[in-house]
Amino acid sequence: MPETIGFLKPRQAVLDRRREIVADLGDLLPEGCLISDERGLKPFETDAFIAYRRMPLAVVLPETTEQVATVLKYCSRYGIPIVPRGAGTSLSGGAIPQEDAIVVGLSKMARILDIDLFNRTATVQAGVTNLNISDAVSADGFFYAPDPSSQLACTIGGNIGMNSGGAHCLKYGVTTNNLLGVKMVLFDGTVIELGGKALDASGYDLLGLICGSEGQLGIVTEATVRLIAKAEGARPVLFGFATSESAGSCVADIIGSGIIPVAIEFMDKPAIEICEAFAHAGYPLDVEALLIVEVEGSEAEMDSMLAGIIGIARRHGVMTIKESQSALEAALIWKGRKSAFGATGRIADYICMDGTVPLSQLSHVLRRTGEIVAGYGLRVANVFHAGDGNMHPLILYNINDPDEAARAEEAGNDILKLCVEAGGCLTGEHGVGIEKRDLMLFQYSKADLDQQMGARAAFDPQWLLNPSKVFPLEGRPAA
Amino acid sequence: MIVHFDPASEEGIASVVRSAAAERVTLAVVGGGTRAGLGNPVRADRTLSTRRLSGIGTYDPAEMTMSALAGTPLAEVEAALRAKGQMLSFEPMDHRPISGTAGEPTIGGVFAANASGPRRYVAGAARDSLLGVRFVNGRGELIKAGGRVMKNVTGLDLVKLMAGSYGTLGILTEVTFKVLPLPPAAATVIVSGLNDAEAAAVMAEAMAQPVEVSGAAHLPESVRGRFLDGNLPDGAATALRLEGLAASVAVRTEKLGEKLTRFGRVSQLGEAETMALWAEIRDVKPYADGSRRPLWRVSVAPSAGHQLIAALRLQTGVDAFYDWQGGLVWLRMEADPEAELLRRYIGAVGGGHATLLRAEEEARGRIPAFEPQPPAVAQLSERVRAKFDPSGILNPGRVAPLTRK
Repeated sequence: MPETIGFLKPRQAVLDRRREIVADLGDLLPEGCLISDERGLKPFETDAFIAYRRMPLAVVLPETTEQVATVLKYCSRYGIPIVPRGAGTSLSGGAIPQEDAIVVGLSKMARILDIDLFNRTATVQAGVTNLNISDAVSADGFFYAPDPSSQLACTIGGNIGMNSGGAHCLKYGVTTNNLLGVKMVLFDGTVIELGGKALDASGYDLLGLICGSEGQLGIVTEATVRLIAKAEGARPVLFGFATSESAGSCVADIIGSGIIPVAIEFMDKPAIEICEAFAHAGYPLDVEALLIVEVEGSEAEMDSMLAGIIGIARRHGVMTIKESQSALEAALIWKGRKSAFGATGRIADYICMDGTVPLSQLSHVLRRTGEIVAGYGLRVANVFHAGDGNMHPLILYNINDPDEAARAEEAGNDILKLCVEAGGCLTGEHGVGIEKRDLMLFQYSKADLDQQMGARAAFDPQWLLNPSKVFPLEGRPAA
Repeated sequence: MIVHFDPASEEGIASVVRSAAAERVTLAVVGGGTRAGLGNPVRADRTLSTRRLSGIGTYDPAEMTMSALAGTPLAEVEAALRAKGQMLSFEPMDHRPISGTAGEPTIGGVFAANASGPRRYVAGAARDSLLGVRFVNGRGELIKAGGRVMKNVTGLDLVKLMAGSYGTLGILTEVTFKVLPLPPAAATVIVSGLNDAEAAAVMAEAMAQPVEVSGAAHLPESVRGRFLDGNLPDGAATALRLEGLAASVAVRTEKLGEKLTRFGRVSQLGEAETMALWAEIRDVKPYADGSRRPLWRVSVAPSAGHQLIAALRLQTGVDAFYDWQGGLVWLRMEADPEAELLRRYIGAVGGGHATLLRAEEEARGRIPAFEPQPPAVAQLSERVRAKFDPSGILNPGRVAPLTRK
């Protein structure tokens, strides 16, 4: 397909020195930590935003913070761009490299360093997967709250880079609300530590700035995160509606009533069909929209919360209500939801949007999204975190049809503009990456972006870290 | 002579700052002035107040967000929320009682100081509730960051950076924040007679239960009588708060009480006493004694708080009580602030930081009120600050140790 998103022009001086750089990196790192042959580099040329790909100059897989520091010090000295990478599950192209860049992959740094149940913290290396943390403490009755759908694969380092969310952050917050400290390497190889096991840190909230900075401020090598005691039980309940509008207004009323469930997920008919065919979760197929509402606590607590929610759903004309009767059923319900993107990928190519809108605008934005996509002659499936207004329209298209692909991209841009106009934002949890980079001026003024880029330059004065991402290529300060 | 500016608009503030930046005139930024004693003394040529930038903007209870101009009195915000059954979930501390300041705290000041109370473990700090800001940077440019939605990763999170920056990066003009429903019911389980170390263990045990404790404080015998007019049961009080639907609170209170009977005498406080007790804990009632004796806010790992106090007691006269499961230590020194000793011991128990909340003027001018940072972090923070306020005109001196090389 034709590429509409540009990358920075590769630095010729770096390309010219490729052989020398590879040799130097080989000297700096232990055996087995450097990849430079084309076959080896191939898996690193893109991430989950597969429409774009670039071969990096080389990939390094350091085993220690010191080795990361050595590489960054070398690269800053010679002006070589760096692209940090966790598991490569970014949906916005955050980990896509460029021809003159060294990819720093954290996959070899995957050890859990410390589990402290007294203080309820886990300290882990950046390459540990999200789910590994919860698995490590589950038997003791704890979990790590942010749960992106890719949690089986995605790493905590990548989660910090993108400030990842998930279905359950309605109650427990996203990564930034659950992160206590990091060890990180700055552009010049300086190693710093921010925060720790205390609940807050001193000075400017650099930890807050780093979280969601998409690998532009440094490379996190270790993180200390909060653990939370698991509730006694959790029960997802399915609510089927005749229209998306009634489901949308039901969500707003649940939240407005003062009941805050752990999760409220929304699926429209196309999404229900796709996920049911994949997961056989028992989703009703005769409804236009489905809400998965999860409550937690003791049996009695869940019963009383659900009574309130069911009352609200009835006022919005709910057609079917189905409570999960067993842990197995509950797991299936979530399996269906969390495999939505993968299941969609089996029937079509898709672009996944990630705008967030105020709850009062949900119904309006859903309706307009349908109209926009239909206007481009395409189909859309909606599956998203309704409780916090974080929408994920999946625009279905055929990647081998250049015209369809172009229309899908345009439809996506129109939807994101719609989200901003409705008082929302371009991206709620997937990040800007390259995907939404050129739309930043929809949401921010030039002065707003200049201030953000100023903060960025305080960390990376040479603009070497993930340089093609987040900020429009035009209008950047001279490095 | 100190000239006082109090512009009535965002643009007015921007215009004052632009002139000040051009002439290198430094500005002390104030809201209600109730936190003036916090941090090191500001040494500025002029004062700029956000007082007239006041008023609640959009508030839609169903969306659980509110926007307000920075100078809006906190009391006005809280009253408007209460009228709709909602609240600021992070329980901002009122600094007036301990510092003897007058005036009205403003919502901008709350976020500029990241003032956060006992519900920290379940509701986060002020910074976690802050969704969007508008501010005037040190160049006099009007900048917006974040928005009014719960989830937003569009660009760098300058919102977090502004929270707790004490007006040194920019002057907040408008804040948009998340609010939560008021819990319909609340109760407190008290375990009496524990020493500090035992209390830390009991609080950790309680927080590990699936009962959602929303506050865990330990009030040693030396301060116990200052709470609830002396009506807490005899002996040191370890207090655990539970909030939520009435039936659920009742069940959880029973469960938690049963779980903890093996540690000490267990009793319960009802709703009214719970509200009063946690407001007193939040506002550090025992040390709101009209004195200027040095008061520190110390943040360490929950397991380290009592170790720190035990170590300090061997060296100097201290009194202390604990919030946040033992990790937030309110520490009053009998005489000298002992900054050097305190900070050395914080390092020895695993790290954290100490903020001097109150002291005689002489000491405030001499001691870094905020924890001095390692050189690499201090230099980084200074580079960040310079990108917001290149002329260094906003609140110079307030967070002096941040910029110490």
